[in-house]
Amino acid sequence: MDDTDERSGVGRRELLSASFGIAAAVPALGIAPAAASAQAPAARQPPLTVPVTLKVNGRTRAIGVDPRTTLLDALREQLGLAGSKKGCDQGQCGACTVHLDGERVLSCLTLAVAVEGQEVTTIEGLAKPDGTLHPMQQAFIDNDAFQCGYCTPGQIMSAVACVREGRTRSDGEIREFMSGNLCRCAAYPNIVAAVKQAASATGRG
Amino acid sequence: MRPFTYSRPTDWRAATKAATVPAEAHIQSPVQYLGGGTTLLDLMKLDVMQPTALVDIRGLEGRQWSRIAEQGDAVWLGALVTMADAAADPLVARDYPVVAQSLLLAASAQLRNMARLGGNVLQRTRCNYFRDIRYTQCNKRVPGSGCAALDGHNRAHAVLGTSEACIAMYPGDFAQALIAIDARVATTGPFNGKPFAMLHRAPGATPQVETGLAPGEMITGFLLPKARWFRRSRYVKVRDRESYEFALASAAVALDMDGTNVREARIALGGVATQPWRARAAEAALVGQPLDEATATRAADAAFADARPHEHNRFKVPLGKATLVRALLETKEIAL
Repeated sequence: MDDTDERSGVGRRELLSASFGIAAAVPALGIAPAAASAQAPAARQPPLTVPVTLKVNGRTRAIGVDPRTTLLDALREQLGLAGSKKGCDQGQCGACTVHLDGERVLSCLTLAVAVEGQEVTTIEGLAKPDGTLHPMQQAFIDNDAFQCGYCTPGQIMSAVACVREGRTRSDGEIREFMSGNLCRCAAYPNIVAAVKQAASATGRG
Repeated sequence: MRPFTYSRPTDWRAATKAATVPAEAHIQSPVQYLGGGTTLLDLMKLDVMQPTALVDIRGLEGRQWSRIAEQGDAVWLGALVTMADAAADPLVARDYPVVAQSLLLAASAQLRNMARLGGNVLQRTRCNYFRDIRYTQCNKRVPGSGCAALDGHNRAHAVLGTSEACIAMYPGDFAQALIAIDARVATTGPFNGKPFAMLHRAPGATPQVETGLAPGEMITGFLLPKARWFRRSRYVKVRDRESYEFALASAAVALDMDGTNVREARIALGGVATQPWRARAAEAALVGQPLDEATATRAADAAFADARPHEHNRFKVPLGKATLVRALLETKEIAL
């Protein structure tokens, strides 16, 4: 796969120079002496891309990213892993949930440059190489635990961690520790059933 | 999001040097520390914060940053400990239940894995007029511009500690727990060793200044004094939905009982105030008294005596009182 993002060529550069125009205008307006001197670092233009080595689903991938790139955008747009979903992009819905060194986190509030050296696992990394589904994936299918499916990759990644954390001792505990994953279709009862099934299947219930 | 440079120093002196730049308020500083990023990156996406440099502090060397350990007559919580790790720590859960509860009742499992304790206490208000830059009036975001919340939608806003310039609510939970157990804050600067309860400032005429930290000053951790009676502590949080929501009203309570009478009480309120709010009048009302519904209600009345509600948040006064009464009566029942 080509790791360069074609859209980051001219378009993003134009966008960058436009934003720098705004930043440069702030001290010129003389809003406050403190703010003006504080703006000095902006005069040194940040690099457009920085190299970062990401370890995703067992593979090591060296790419260049704008420092602003979230892990979610790097996964979806640069690594071709579109399973992690962009719901709110503000850390409120859980659709972007991935595992970082085995712990569930929100990839939309994580910078790609900040996870160098850490193990990232996405929904694409759950099934075995021969295609056998992870018990949680199978449990979601068995229990019809989704309708539109958009929140499902995040739900499953969160659920795998929820079982690993031992937070499946009751329906109430599952609901509490899955509350960071919203489902607009409200498939919640079936999601709880799926988590229970997978937890008992893996002996962690 | 606007462009910024990213660095990840290993030496805290280098980090604080990079971040020590003049700015009237922390929110306006062009250099920001990046910990879990759960508030900062959110506010950068919203264009509320516009730093030109991020200093990632998760790589700082020295074990104290992400350590929980007994340290003399206190327990140390490093500033880079995640909310999840602090909540799961057996020592914290046993000796400071109010701390563990405040953390577990906050945010979601994912956010608790990301957010660090130091950043948690510095999280910014959820006031919509602060978070949405289409509103031109917000004294916290644009000093001197006015406050759109005063006659806007102010259901979630504060009733205690407000000013004519700002009624934004402090949204955190952990900070109230720290106040209830008399924690001190450790920093890289002049605030080092001071009571945590002194860290935050009332908005007054300068709501953009939220803490007493100097430019570049970094929180390194929290010192939780040891006292057996802190085991008799509890965090009660009331919200619109049962989980993954900010408080409408909350109460952190620790009780030192002399038989059936209160020897000492420590009370902090959340969801109702502009800053982590120590309810000293309520504490004083309980000292030497038996703790029952009548005395708890008197304490709650004292806590909200100076409340100044606005159009949509009048319910927070009775709700806040009821929350405190419940917290007091439930805390009393905890066996040491």
